[in-house]
Amino acid sequence: MPSPGSMAAIADQSITSIVDRLFADSGSSSSLQSGDESEASEFKKDMTEEERKEFQMKKAMGVKKLNEEWMNQFTTTTAVLREKMTFFWHGHFACRSPLGFYSRVMNNTMRENALGNFGDLLKAVSKSAAMIQFLNNQQNRKNSPNENFAREVMELFTLGRGNYTENDIKNGARAFTGWRFKLNGDFEFKQEQHDDGDKTFLGRTGNFTGDDILNIIMENPQTARYITKKIYRYFVNDEVDEDRCADLAHSFQADYDIGKLMHKILSSDWFYDENNVGTKIKSPVELLVNMHRAIPVKFDNPDVVVYAQKVLGQVLFMPPNVAGWPGGRDWIDTSSLMFRLSIPGFVYNNADINVRPKESPEEEEHRMMQQEEMQEEKPAKKPGKLVGTADWSGYLNGFANVKDDDLYNSLVEYLIQPVNPEFKMETITKYIVRDSRESFIKSLTTTLMSLPEYQLC
Amino acid sequence: MSTFSRRDFLIRSGLASASLLMPRFLKAFEPRNPALPDGNKILVVIQMSGGNDGLNTVVPFRNDDYYKLRPTIAVKSNDILSLNGELGLNPVMTAMKSLYDNGSMAIINTVGYPNPDRSHFRSMDIWQSASDADKYVQTGWLGRYLDNECSGCAGYSAIEADDTLSFAMKGENRKGMAISDPRRLYQDTQRKLFKEVSADFSATQHADSALDFLYKTEAETISSADYVYNKYNSYKSTTDYPQGEFGRNLKNIAELIISGLDTRVYYVSIGSFDTHVGQTGRQNKLLKDLSDGLGAFTKDLQQNNRFNDVLVMTFSEFGRRVKQNGSNGTDHGTANNMFLIGGALNKKGIYNDAANLNDLDQGDLKYQIDFRSVYATVLKRWLNANDANILGAQFNYVDVV
Repeated sequence: MPSPGSMAAIADQSITSIVDRLFADSGSSSSLQSGDESEASEFKKDMTEEERKEFQMKKAMGVKKLNEEWMNQFTTTTAVLREKMTFFWHGHFACRSPLGFYSRVMNNTMRENALGNFGDLLKAVSKSAAMIQFLNNQQNRKNSPNENFAREVMELFTLGRGNYTENDIKNGARAFTGWRFKLNGDFEFKQEQHDDGDKTFLGRTGNFTGDDILNIIMENPQTARYITKKIYRYFVNDEVDEDRCADLAHSFQADYDIGKLMHKILSSDWFYDENNVGTKIKSPVELLVNMHRAIPVKFDNPDVVVYAQKVLGQVLFMPPNVAGWPGGRDWIDTSSLMFRLSIPGFVYNNADINVRPKESPEEEEHRMMQQEEMQEEKPAKKPGKLVGTADWSGYLNGFANVKDDDLYNSLVEYLIQPVNPEFKMETITKYIVRDSRESFIKSLTTTLMSLPEYQLC
Repeated sequence: MSTFSRRDFLIRSGLASASLLMPRFLKAFEPRNPALPDGNKILVVIQMSGGNDGLNTVVPFRNDDYYKLRPTIAVKSNDILSLNGELGLNPVMTAMKSLYDNGSMAIINTVGYPNPDRSHFRSMDIWQSASDADKYVQTGWLGRYLDNECSGCAGYSAIEADDTLSFAMKGENRKGMAISDPRRLYQDTQRKLFKEVSADFSATQHADSALDFLYKTEAETISSADYVYNKYNSYKSTTDYPQGEFGRNLKNIAELIISGLDTRVYYVSIGSFDTHVGQTGRQNKLLKDLSDGLGAFTKDLQQNNRFNDVLVMTFSEFGRRVKQNGSNGTDHGTANNMFLIGGALNKKGIYNDAANLNDLDQGDLKYQIDFRSVYATVLKRWLNANDANILGAQFNYVDVV
């Protein structure tokens, strides 16, 4: 979401020039930095339990730090499209690594290729330590194949269910034997573990390597269709327009240029059609990033960012499984919705929070260890109040040129799209504080952010 | 129902406040089938998070291998609460021993699934979704129960005693509700802005849009919180529950059951059982909480004649390795035991043979019973649901319920 200031700046530009600028701003982007390969080298085979615990805690801290770094980049970057696309691939190539370092390398790979060639992205991700470890390709050897990666690369990353056989999985897995990673995260091909016999895969037979398999998958038009549909669902509408997607997929297959595909989508008229606006439920990370980009908050306790992700059900680098976050209406249950609608009160009005997220076994374990040392029961943490400083200056400035009479409509239009025809001004205005222009803007903004409408994009 | 009695019903059931604020909504959310289908059987699922060590819970105290493999953490045979001369409960589990003795408990041994995964999060994902180890399913098994059997039911048809909802309770179209404290949830939903914007919104204008869905969920939350809180207030338990969160949660669940709330499934967790280091102290404390909690819970239900309507099922994402590790603990393993507790069990006591410690798979127990057989049994024979639809396959039943 652009800042209110930049909204005003782009208001009278054509869609084409706005989209061009979006791409120009996303030409490059800084990589995430946290963690390094020493994380992996600290692993020793014969650790005592205490050492193992400490190692685990350190690893968990590494992943959390990476999460915070990405959230920070997400909320401050000018390369908005690249970052959002990286986030899309983060959900598409869903992967968990115990090492923040491996996750970071994979994340940077996705950012680098986010708007590039899909085949390059697919190959780079497939050869990343995080993915090889997550889908057990390290254990995929000649004579004892492990089919996990071969299955998921087709089912979830490229073709989609129903477009290959169990035999394709078996033969594909044989081609990926010998694909491994080194402790420092580098890819390594072990010839002696590779099965170099003939394989029949998607109707072709040959002495295929892993790269050959990925190439064959890329040549299959179903891959372009599958990826296009997923991008359409994510950026446009959960309901797919089949004809439109078939057209997009047809041109995408020619060069697998992700940037070109995105440019086409973002410049089309239908992208801005009211049927395609405000139909999607923001994911927890999108919601938090949206709010933060509008009105940045610096929290005294940095844990708050990950805390909110946990309560809302989307923790970066921790997808529920390789299928990623289901998204859409799945984000919403009674408790997550209540929390979403309360965030503005927590963040900008300092309201008390009494929600505790679920703990991972490691977190619960850590808390209980401390408990046993203290010899008292200590319930899981909740942050109490989100003490922080909200920086309203940029936001207020963005509306500086709006006349008082237009202020209500400007704020509604900025925060809520499309405007519900039944939007009840009488109710909303009861919550406006009219002491000053500033308090008018602040109170109306937090009220609007507390509405179900604000959950949509 | 006449107009008068309908209004009377609303007032008595505590829905009046919500209905006055959002009359149109109440109509839209009125459950098509407010009394849940068929009988009033209630399932209570207890998740033992972190991987409970089943071998020190139901102990094979005549087995030499058990003592050989666990020189410092094995439960001593003379302390055991013997069940059948071969197996015995951990000595802290006296309350559950009484449940066993009076025929209210069944134990199913070595429950698991093919190609077990030893990661907490993946194995929990498998147990909560009821998927195969090499498949990924994006809904929870109890959520699918709601989808299949309860599409028109009220939001509180399945309640988890926590602030956030577990994956197990999320279906595609229906989800359970997370309520750790009915009073707090009620207060949270009483915020004026929530109620007023809900009242402003007309469901009919936006049939099945995302916005409509959000407003429906909001209205349902407000009305369910109101209804549950009023029910909750109608019965206060006098039974002593153990101190701590698990005891409090079980007490809340008992109060809701006894108050007559028409909820079919309750879900509650206890943990962490992830005992890699110095296992005995931690596990004993948790098992005592579990056992004492269930003792109080069953007593409460019995005194109010509801024990025959309730079935408790415990599970953990995996058992632990047979051999102890170097830190007086145990590492992640595979198959495990499950407890079923209730006043209307079909087969009581120990359902099947204990694990064979001479026939291990790389140091781990081999499973004998697929956990989805237990789910299928509970769904079919207890909740009278279509288990094959919900689980995506037909599993054999275990003759316990």
